[in-house]
Amino acid sequence: MAAASVLFAALFYAATAVLVVGLALRIRLYAGTPAPLKIPTTPAPVTRGGVAWRLVREVALFESLFKASLWTWLFGWVFHAALALVLLRHLRYFVDPVPAFLAFVQPFGILAGFAMAGGLAGLWARRFLVDRVRYISTPSDHLMLALLLAIAGTGLAMKYLAGTDVVAVKSFFLGLLALDPQPLPSDALLYAHLALVAALMLVFPFSKLLHAPGLFFSPSRNQADDPRERRHLAPWAARLESDRKP
Amino acid sequence: MADVTAPPLRPFPVAPPVVPDAMAASKPYVANEKMQEALGFPGSLVDDWHDRAISKMGELLGNYRSLRVYLDACVHCGACSDKCHYFLGTGDPKNMPVARQDLMRGVYRRHFTVAGRLFPKLVGATELTKDLLDDWYKYYNQCSECRRCSVFCPYGIDTAEVTMAAKEILDTVGYGQKYSNEIIGKVHRIGNNLGLPGPALEDTLLGLEEDTKEETGADVKFPLDQKGAEVLLVTPSADFFAEPHVESLIGYAKVFHQAGISWTLSSHASEAGNFGLFIGNYEQMRTIALRIREAALELGVKRIVVGECGHAWRVAYSFWNTLAGIGAGADDPFARLLQSQLDSRYRQPTHICELTWDLIERGALVLDAGANDHRIVTFHDSCNVARASRMGDTPGGQFEIPRAIVRAVSNRYVEMRPGTTREATFCCGGGGGLLTDELLDLRVKGALPRMESLREVADGQGVNFMATICAICKAQFTKVLPYYGFDMSMVGGVHQLVSTAIRLGAKS
Repeated sequence: MAAASVLFAALFYAATAVLVVGLALRIRLYAGTPAPLKIPTTPAPVTRGGVAWRLVREVALFESLFKASLWTWLFGWVFHAALALVLLRHLRYFVDPVPAFLAFVQPFGILAGFAMAGGLAGLWARRFLVDRVRYISTPSDHLMLALLLAIAGTGLAMKYLAGTDVVAVKSFFLGLLALDPQPLPSDALLYAHLALVAALMLVFPFSKLLHAPGLFFSPSRNQADDPRERRHLAPWAARLESDRKP
Repeated sequence: MADVTAPPLRPFPVAPPVVPDAMAASKPYVANEKMQEALGFPGSLVDDWHDRAISKMGELLGNYRSLRVYLDACVHCGACSDKCHYFLGTGDPKNMPVARQDLMRGVYRRHFTVAGRLFPKLVGATELTKDLLDDWYKYYNQCSECRRCSVFCPYGIDTAEVTMAAKEILDTVGYGQKYSNEIIGKVHRIGNNLGLPGPALEDTLLGLEEDTKEETGADVKFPLDQKGAEVLLVTPSADFFAEPHVESLIGYAKVFHQAGISWTLSSHASEAGNFGLFIGNYEQMRTIALRIREAALELGVKRIVVGECGHAWRVAYSFWNTLAGIGAGADDPFARLLQSQLDSRYRQPTHICELTWDLIERGALVLDAGANDHRIVTFHDSCNVARASRMGDTPGGQFEIPRAIVRAVSNRYVEMRPGTTREATFCCGGGGGLLTDELLDLRVKGALPRMESLREVADGQGVNFMATICAICKAQFTKVLPYYGFDMSMVGGVHQLVSTAIRLGAKS
């Protein structure tokens, strides 16, 4: 097997490990850090079920962002929805045989590739065109968009400009899953695409991509508005009461 | 106040262009040694401020999930960038919520994240220099902790949490703010924010009884420290003598009188305000809240009612159960002691508007809305009530109940423009511990968005009274309205309107 295949196999094992372990540690940190006070942004749901519904709306529709800025919402939502479709489409490289549902989404996934690139371009344009957003943009904000756009670009290029041997790609990934690495087609575009994806997986737990798990742990969004009905006490705050006056 | 200028009202409410350092000169007086030490903070900036600040930040990151998640999750999308009234009024980019957070986020990245340690430039990680510490002092004292940004953030990031953490760190290194810390000292020493001692309070209340008797002919009482009363009323101390605040206090007294509810104020807890919230200090907030508990236990009251004060209602509604066991649902002896004394048929604590509205719904008050016909009224939602609390049993009751009262006691009511009311309301510009004269320029500029929507309804519909339920809003607007060409008496309390409309019986 070519050195490149070995290298990519190792890279994906490492990237997966960093992504999974890194995220798990971060989530454990968030979950283990107490929220001592009730601070939902009100009006807020008064029940746990209501809170779950609020989070579903935030995750699926970007409700708060919609209220904030229509352009940012449009580009952001299109990008994320398209990315979800693209990821779904790519599942076919990891399962064999491909279920009917996955076969069905393939054409939508391809369209989504363009929508994803369009959304990213819109988000990036704001970083240059809106003075407020330009002011707050850091090099990593630009790099993150460049990385995602490059992933979309190399993917679309393989679909429309220089096709790659997708059957071999699939056997490479199935091989990874079976802990039995298979050769990867020797193709510069494919190498670029995969290296960029691995880079994204590697930076995920250390970057602002933590907004994904962060939302679920945001006290202003995930707390129920019931402070008069239930006493809410963090462990460190409860300890203050050991010396309390009656 | 060398230079206090009101910006011109904008024909269209669009975001202003970014003007770097527009407010770099704005900062409040630093607390002196005596004020600092009274709260257990170092008297002045300590030599090892850098290390102490970083270590305090680490402690807060471990104690507050909000801070940890909020410093990680921001993607710099800019959704909040045009939502802060101080940015809209000044154009200073560091008054954009995201940029305000970044003053701390940079240091967080540098000291508490892998990426920031390895690639500081790339991710905007910065060392905490003296210049940056000064920027913290300036710009975290240009945030009124109003939470408007948190409504619009896709992750609910609440800049108030970051500001509170910053103020806590600044206090810890001996760089506290005079206005807030001096007031907290007064609460501990004297019992209220304004430093009004018990005997003076008693005199004031007797005077109010005489005035009200003269006005109405009725024997409306303003009881103090009356054991066995049904209700303990906890209200901001400004209600005792500041204008227009006192008009609302008279309104509460008339409501209690007509409903036949026995009530009392407490000289031990003669203040609803809790500036421990503003400086982000849990222990201070708790100690101040415990006074209410102590007063309630001592006086043996069945209900605790809170007067017109925005942040006080946030602390009371959202935090009292946690801090002092005032509420329901406790399973620990500390909280049960008080909760078994309180009457569980009522919400504990109750907002005065909840109490009044319940009475109106039951027909227990005689109201003549026509008495307010000289007023065309609008309602300003106060930030802490709107975005950090509730009234009644359904979400949004904090918007509906005060409006329902206003409609019941007056005939001519007008809403301000959508997007400037309810959960999207603009802060008055004076909250969060910024209601101090040396920040007047900031306060005037921060009031711009509210003044614009008020101007619209004043010119369009003849509005001449803006009702609100917050002592800080009332004091702030009284001061800044004239800068925008309004009469300062245009602002007043909801219970001021109630006071005008309520009919206590024929003058004897």
